[in-house]
Order: sequence, then C-alpha cells, then structure tokens
Amino acid sequence: MICRCFTKALDVAGQTALLMLGVPDYDAYVDHLRTAHPDRLPLTRDAFFAARQKARFDAGGLRCC
Amino acid sequence: MQRTQLTLSSVLIWGGSAVLGAASLGILAFHRGETVSALWLVIAALCTYAIAYRFYAKYLAARVVCLDPGRPTPATLRHDGMDYVPTNRFILFGHHFAAIAGAGPLVGPVLAAQMGFLPGTLWILAGVVLAGAVQDFLILAFSVRRDGRSLGDMIRTEMGRFAGTVASIGVLAIMMILLAVLALIVVKALAASPWGTFTIAATVPIAVFMGLYLRFVRPSGVLEASAVGVVLLLASIWLGGRVAADPVLAHIFTLSAPTLALLLMAYGSTASILPVWLLLAPRDYLSTFLKIGTIAALAVGIAVTLPALHMPPVTRFINGTGPVFAGSLFPFLFITIACGSVSGFHALVSSGTTPKMAASESDLRMIGYGAMLAESAVAIMALIAASVLQPGAYFAMNAPASAVTADPVTAASIISGWGFAVTPNALTSLAHRVGETTILGRAGGAPTLAVGMATIFSNVLGGDRLMAFWYHFAILFEALFILTTLDAGTRVARFMLQDFAGALMPDLARGLVGSVVATAIAVGAWGYFLYQGVIDPLGGINTLWPLFGIANQMLAAIALTLCSVILFKLKRQRVAWVALLPTAWLAICTLTAGTEKILSPTPAIGFLAHAARYTAGIATGTLLAPAHTQAEMRRIVLNDHVNVTLTALFMAVVITMLACGVRAALAARANPRITAKEATHDMPLLHQGA
Repeated sequence: MICRCFTKALDVAGQTALLMLGVPDYDAYVDHLRTAHPDRLPLTRDAFFAARQKARFDAGGLRCC
Repeated sequence: MQRTQLTLSSVLIWGGSAVLGAASLGILAFHRGETVSALWLVIAALCTYAIAYRFYAKYLAARVVCLDPGRPTPATLRHDGMDYVPTNRFILFGHHFAAIAGAGPLVGPVLAAQMGFLPGTLWILAGVVLAGAVQDFLILAFSVRRDGRSLGDMIRTEMGRFAGTVASIGVLAIMMILLAVLALIVVKALAASPWGTFTIAATVPIAVFMGLYLRFVRPSGVLEASAVGVVLLLASIWLGGRVAADPVLAHIFTLSAPTLALLLMAYGSTASILPVWLLLAPRDYLSTFLKIGTIAALAVGIAVTLPALHMPPVTRFINGTGPVFAGSLFPFLFITIACGSVSGFHALVSSGTTPKMAASESDLRMIGYGAMLAESAVAIMALIAASVLQPGAYFAMNAPASAVTADPVTAASIISGWGFAVTPNALTSLAHRVGETTILGRAGGAPTLAVGMATIFSNVLGGDRLMAFWYHFAILFEALFILTTLDAGTRVARFMLQDFAGALMPDLARGLVGSVVATAIAVGAWGYFLYQGVIDPLGGINTLWPLFGIANQMLAAIALTLCSVILFKLKRQRVAWVALLPTAWLAICTLTAGTEKILSPTPAIGFLAHAARYTAGIATGTLLAPAHTQAEMRRIVLNDHVNVTLTALFMAVVITMLACGVRAALAARANPRITAKEATHDMPLLHQGA
C-alpha cells in the first residue's frame, strides 16, 4: 500500500516535471490514440518528445519575466 | 445542526486567520527597534493569501465567471493527446507556475526595498489579491471558454481588429524593454566578476552537451539529461571559484560591462537562429529545474532560519530622493514592483498552453488565482532576502556609481551620511566573503538578492565557508533563467517581426535571410537599450526598470480592460468592478509615472529635464559626468529623446486601449443581448464562425 502510494507520487512528480518543460504525459497520449483513433499508429516515445519540443519552441516557448 | 457546527469552525478558522494576519502586519508596521523577525512577514502574507483564496477567489469563480464544472473545456472537447490534454490540476499548476515565475518577482521587490520593507509588502499583498491574481484567473477562464485562444486573438474578436493591432504593438515594445532590462541585470552582476562570468559561460557547453544527448542518444531522456546538467552546473560553480583564484584565468574572465553587453547580444542572435534543440531547449530545461528547486530551497531556508530584517519598515527615501530608483512612493513603487503584484506578461501565459490543458472549469481557481499567489510569495521572499542585509550594504550595492564612487571609504561615509551606518571594513569584508573584489555599484537586484540568499542558505548549510559558493549559486540561478528569457524572447520577437513582414513580402520574410534580418532587428532593438543602460551615469537600472514597470503594468491594464469588456458583453456589468477597479488603478499609475518620466523637472526622473541639462552643457562647452567628449554628451541627449518617445508610445497604447474598451463596453451595455463570443456547451468557438 505504502509502496504503491510512493510509486504513484513519484509518477505524478515525474509528470509534473515533464509538463513544466512542456511535455505532456506519453502514456496518456498513447491511451488516447488507442481509444479515439485505433486506425492511427502512435508516435514512439522519442518521436513524441521531439515533436513536443519542436511544437513548443515553434510557438515561441515564451516564459514570463 | 451539522451546518451550524461547520459555520462555527470556519468562522473560528477564517476569523482567526484574519486577526493573525492583521496582527502580524501591525507588528511589522509599528515595530520600533533594531530588527524584526521575518516570521511576521511570512504570517501576514500567508494569512492574506488564504483569506483571499477562500473568499475573493471563490467569489470570482462563483459570481463573476460562474464556473461550471459540467461545462466541457477545450481539453475535453478537442482532446488530441498533444496540445489539448485534460490534465490533473496539480500537475497543471506546476506547468503554469513554472511558466509565470521568472526574474521579475525577484528583482522588483529588491529595488523597492530602498523605501523600507513595509510599502513593498503592502503593495505586493494588496496588488496580488485585487489585481494580479484577478487578471491571471479571469484571462485563464475567458481563454478556456474560447478554445484556449491567446490574448491577442481574444482582443481582436471581442474588441475589434484595431484594438488587436494596437495591443500587439504594445506587446512587441514591452518585450524589447523587458529583454534589455533583464540583460542589463546580468551585465551588472557579471561585470568584473571572473567567478560569475566563468559559471555563466560554462552553461553554454553544458546545454549543448545536453542538447546533443537528447537529439542523438535518447530524446525522451529529458529528466536524466537535466539531472546530469544540474550536477555539471554545480561543478562549474566550484570550478569558477578556482578560476577566480588563478591570476591568469581570472584576468581572461574579468570583463567590462560594455564587453559583456556585446557578448550577450551575440549570444542572443546566435541562440535565436540555431536549431532550438541544440541550445535553447536544453537551457530552458536546466533553468526551469534550477528555478523551481531554488525557490523551494529559499522557502525552506526562510522558514527554518526566520532571519531578522535589518531594513527599517519605512526609510526616508519614500520622498523620491532614493539612490536605487528616483521618484516618490506614488506612482513609482507601484511600477517598480510589477511581477509579484500584477504582471501583464502573465496574460500571455494564461492564454497560452495552460487553458488548453485544464480538465475542468472547477480547477481554474487553483491554477489561475493560486499560481499567482505562489508567485507573489516568491516576491515576498525576495523582499525578505533584501531586508536581511544591513541597510548600509544594501545601499552600497544598489546605489549607482555616480552617487557612491568605487572607493569603500568614501562610499561608507556617503551612505552613513544618509543615516545607514556602515564601515568601509564591513563593505570590503562582505565582498571578500562572497568571493568578489567589490560589491559597490552592483545595481539590478540580482547581486543583492544573491547576498541575501547566501546569508540565509549559509545559515542552514555550510556557514561562512560556503557563503561564496551560495552567492555564486544564486547569481547563476538568476542569470540562467534571465538568459533563457533572453534567447526565447528574441526568438518570439523575431517571429512577430517575420509575421509583420510576411504580410508584405511572404517569400523574403520566411527564409534564412528573413530570419537573420528579423533577428538582427530584434537584437538591435533590445541591444540599443541595453548598451544605453550600461553606459548610463545613473547605472541604467535607474532608467530602464521604470520603463519596464510601466510597460508591464500597461499590458496588465490592457488585459484587465479586455476582462471588463467581456463582463459587459456577458451582461454581467454589475460584477465588472472586479476588473474595472484594478484597470483604473493601473491606468492611473502608468499614466502618472509616464508623465513624470517625461515631464518631471528633476533630471533624475524626467527625461526632458535630463536632456536639457546635457543640452545646456553642450551649448556652454562643459562636460557633465559620465561623458568624456561632446559626442558622448550628444548621445546622452539622443537616448533621453528615445526614452521620451518610448514612454509616450506606452502611454498612447494605454489611452487608446482604454478608449476602445469604453466604446466596446458602452456598446455592449446598450445591446440587450449577450454579445460575448464564447464557446457553448456542445459547440466549440471554431464552428461558430467567430
């Protein structure tokens, strides 16, 4: 129980850290594609990261002052 | 029965918070004596935030925006797993906070500390509750109801194309002045500091190393690459100490302010044109984690040590004669502290990626209002860090060279003459303890904050032995994310310029030539103000920071005008005061400050008076410091005139936007129907032809 809680917390921390860099959760992306668009092949984890990085900085990637 | 009990306990909790907060503020305000504990400041701030969040933010959510948990958000309607993703609110809070928190809330309060800690504290708390967090929350909520559209888009659709264009000119201008002032802060911190210069220079190869790893080894290994990067950064701080101790290497890394300014311009241009994965993105990752980590560490440091505040609650410089920035409490305190109280820039972030990821409208209060309260807490921490210093040391660091001179003996006697007793020995020994040759004339907030943070951190860990390490750690932390804003900002400005030009000559604007030319224009624009600041007799920050403050508050006034207009168009004008009140206050502050910056007869405040002094000098053939030649005298006059033009432009933008706002609001009031263009329950805005 404690162990599962810890894994869960670690998972949330990891997701938060990644989203701070503008990278949404990969597993959620794959889940979404599997259910909503079963005909489409999901990007690989690496391709997903590269695409997100490009999208973010193409939009400017602006942070605040 | 249960309801009565609940009410009783909440009356006790919230009534108690109110009494505790008010008592803490009272202690801060009426304390007379040597020092007062930072504990009271922390309690006053936390109680204010808690009450504001529980009552005012709830009112905004329930009565003003009428948040509806059942109403689908863009994330749920357009879920694509990439841009539009329903996200856990705590995770999204982290994303939003990381995007809004920057150097602003750390610098403004440090500068404002020259008036004592009390005026800054009161404005930070009142400003965030009634203006800053309101703006962030309303813009976020309105963007969520408009498919996550940007501020510019919303202004265009709700207030018309003309207002939209004026607003985007305002955004471009504010960005130039923001980049210039941020770059100037870095220059001030690194000038004649081999340790700091080496450490910042080392971040470039570290970032490139991370970039190559992420590109060619494991693109998804962002976290591990960042962890290695942070360790390398810490190693570079240690190595920087060695460099500073070595006579040959120290000489190489001892750079003058103008050289550093040119290097920063070269860096900004390069980073804007290089592929983002090589330098810009990995740098951004490093600075994000360092920023969040350091802010958390500072919070822990303050909570554990509860340092004594040496700065008096109010100093005599509220009369406008202060050396750090010129001008009296009203209006200049309210533009000096922008971020932390109210920051127009947040309107861009709140209408950026965050609204596309909100899973439910009921999360918006925590994300929009809550994250801004957290940023305000960062500003309070910066104010505490600045007030931890002995006031004498604070003024030695922040007064411009023209007021204090570079000699510790004279500096100490001048500052003691202001009523802040300090010995030359204390100044040199402090410089020695942080590993610098001098601390005099290090304006710009970053070094002051770094000394304050080093004092707090070394009390927790390492004592005096680690003081120099912590000082350079704090400098690195600030410079790193300032440089990240610099390169990302240059890129955004480049895109905006290319967009403008693309409308006229599509082929030329998009290619490599277009990129290079647009980058050169962007860097030239902020570089001009940076260089002007570097050679400014008053230290540059004195001139540029008020301009930045005016620009940032101007943007906030624009965003809040939009919020007011939307409330009128929703036929909710009865509650529109929540946006009208801060709009009016910001308009009064920016317009008064703008007028004073242009017309004040005091040369330290008014650009025209300053120009007149130098023009008179040119006419009679006398040289006024710091000019050494007549040509330099003429350049100072030119700079003054450029600043007048810019200030006038900011004021014109504010007045135009207010006029557009009034027109749109009156039209909406006359119309019996709801005219706001919102997405509805089952139909996104996109399909309504809006």
